[in-house]
Amino acid sequence: MGKYMATHLSAAETRPRHKRVLPGLSLSLGTSLLFISLILLLPMSGLVMQSVDMGWDRYWQVISDERVVASYKVTLWAALIASVFNGFFGLLLAWVLVRYEFPGRRILDALVDLPFALPTAVAGITLATLYAQNGWYGEILESLGLKVAYTPWGIVLAMAFTSIPFVVRTVQPVLEELSPEEEEAGMTLGASDWSVFRRVIFPALWPALMTGIALSFTRSLGEFGAVIFIAGNMPYVSEITSLMIFVSLQEFDFPAASAIASVVLMASLVLLFAINIWQARYLRRLHGRS
Amino acid sequence: MSILIENISKHFGHFQALSPLSLDINEGEMIGLLGPSGSGKTTLLRIIAGLEGADTGHIQFGDRDVTNLHVRDRRVGFVFQNYALFRHMTVADNVAFGLAVLPRKERPSPTEIKNRVMHLLEMVQLEHLASRFPSQLSGGQKQRIALARALATQPEVLLLDEPFGALDAKVRKELRRWLRGLHDELGFTSVFVTHDQEEALELSDRVVVMSNGHIEQIDQPGALYASPNSRFVFDFLGNANVFEGKVENNKWHNQQASIVLPNGAEQKDGQLYIRSHEFFVSKEPTAQANLPLRVIAINPIGAEVRLELTPIDWQSNDVWEIDLPHKAFDKNCFEKGQTLYVTPKAGYFFAHDAQQPVLLNWETEKAKTTEKA
Repeated sequence: MGKYMATHLSAAETRPRHKRVLPGLSLSLGTSLLFISLILLLPMSGLVMQSVDMGWDRYWQVISDERVVASYKVTLWAALIASVFNGFFGLLLAWVLVRYEFPGRRILDALVDLPFALPTAVAGITLATLYAQNGWYGEILESLGLKVAYTPWGIVLAMAFTSIPFVVRTVQPVLEELSPEEEEAGMTLGASDWSVFRRVIFPALWPALMTGIALSFTRSLGEFGAVIFIAGNMPYVSEITSLMIFVSLQEFDFPAASAIASVVLMASLVLLFAINIWQARYLRRLHGRS
Repeated sequence: MSILIENISKHFGHFQALSPLSLDINEGEMIGLLGPSGSGKTTLLRIIAGLEGADTGHIQFGDRDVTNLHVRDRRVGFVFQNYALFRHMTVADNVAFGLAVLPRKERPSPTEIKNRVMHLLEMVQLEHLASRFPSQLSGGQKQRIALARALATQPEVLLLDEPFGALDAKVRKELRRWLRGLHDELGFTSVFVTHDQEEALELSDRVVVMSNGHIEQIDQPGALYASPNSRFVFDFLGNANVFEGKVENNKWHNQQASIVLPNGAEQKDGQLYIRSHEFFVSKEPTAQANLPLRVIAINPIGAEVRLELTPIDWQSNDVWEIDLPHKAFDKNCFEKGQTLYVTPKAGYFFAHDAQQPVLLNWETEKAKTTEKA
């Protein structure tokens, strides 16, 4: 093995180097790693250091505090409902944008990114105003006996609003690349429209849709600005985890804030890794295994 | 099942893809739609399948009028140019698709479906690939799976869009022979689209030559080759050299070059189409023709040697191609850059005002008109 490697290497050295457009691996990987270290890893390790200082018992006490646990539940449920809703609605929106030509399509396409562009606090205040008891939508919903603003449903609404672009923008390119021939093949074989969608189109979209939903979910877990203005922030009912962090910070209890933040961080990381691994497996099947 | 196509036309925006055309396809026949890209052949095929609606006219399968029938109810097998296999399904699931989506009442039991799929895979000789995914197959294998999938529901009409377009020459030849065998064995009616004249002539019972949304000629391959009835068909079937001549003193002239008119030929200006193998080659002009050419390339192709030549002191739009048997080539020892003279044995003459060609033959010194097909 070692001998083989040696001969292999010397052969590679004598061969003329293939020129690439971008600088070689060492430079580009080095730059990327440095950048990731500075803006991602360094703050994250700071976070971990902060919580390590406090000791395991204190750490557990902070993250398992009754009020904090209630906030986990609210956040998780709201994020789950919001991302599943976005899964449906985002798919529909992407479908409409890709498959149909209609006046104003480009404008609608641009509007999809609005939640990204808008400062989240502005979104939160706007939503709160609209859905408040005397707001435009709030009045109508009030007459139907529904209350959105200052309830957990307000949290769901804010989360769904801020994270819808993730689903649309991940599904859209895949939908654009779907070959019409596969659908036509399905039809010539006698499949109904629903059958073609379920058996031919959806399996192709599924990985992208799952990624979009997962991104939407993790984004919702960390959403703060948009949510606090509409949530009402009642302890045990409509407090989100980000707010708990914020509260700790305001009390200058930095270790507690870091401890809670580390929980959110872990949850997001585990989810993102899981979805990545699953998607890689699925795509390998689609694009050929070696 | 026979297919009757009457006055079908189609336009996309301002583009007239098909001018009204009619075509009668017999049961069990294999028809090749031949034409350059943009000639409307694929549009016609898609209209037969029902993937595209016609603007006018109607289509009948047997006694059944299918003009307004949806694709899924026409029960045709369609093989797409890029195969269009379902990427996320195994080969077996791909083939089973047409059976799996049948309404519950008509759907065979899962074991029955499995047996039918295995039978189909045996037929295309790929039963060992049943659990693979399409991305793991070669082009030829994908094509055969696409065929098996199209045949799973036992359609009486099989439509193929450039079925061998993306395959290499050897695989193409094999698959062609295999498809023809399958067609003869199962007895379905097939229509396929191709831009490859060799493929059309070899595979079809009748060839439909199309250009600009029209049908130029419908004929059996032999008849089509023997008597092309228009300039277009001549150009498209290829291997013909064109001599543009003005008549003077019983000769067609083109600057310094000339060809003596055969007996009985009309004294008219026009174009002479001569196939690449209908020539004598010599080092001096002959009494019958003075066509000097310079050799620019020599390509041995199978049983013949193809010479590519450019005219000397006369005009022609294309490079001339002349096929010689190896014997004749070896005797003369032609080299690149050398000048040689060719003498036509037979050719087709299109007078400037004529749509139909006249067959000319210097060897028998008889001229006769080609019969319109």
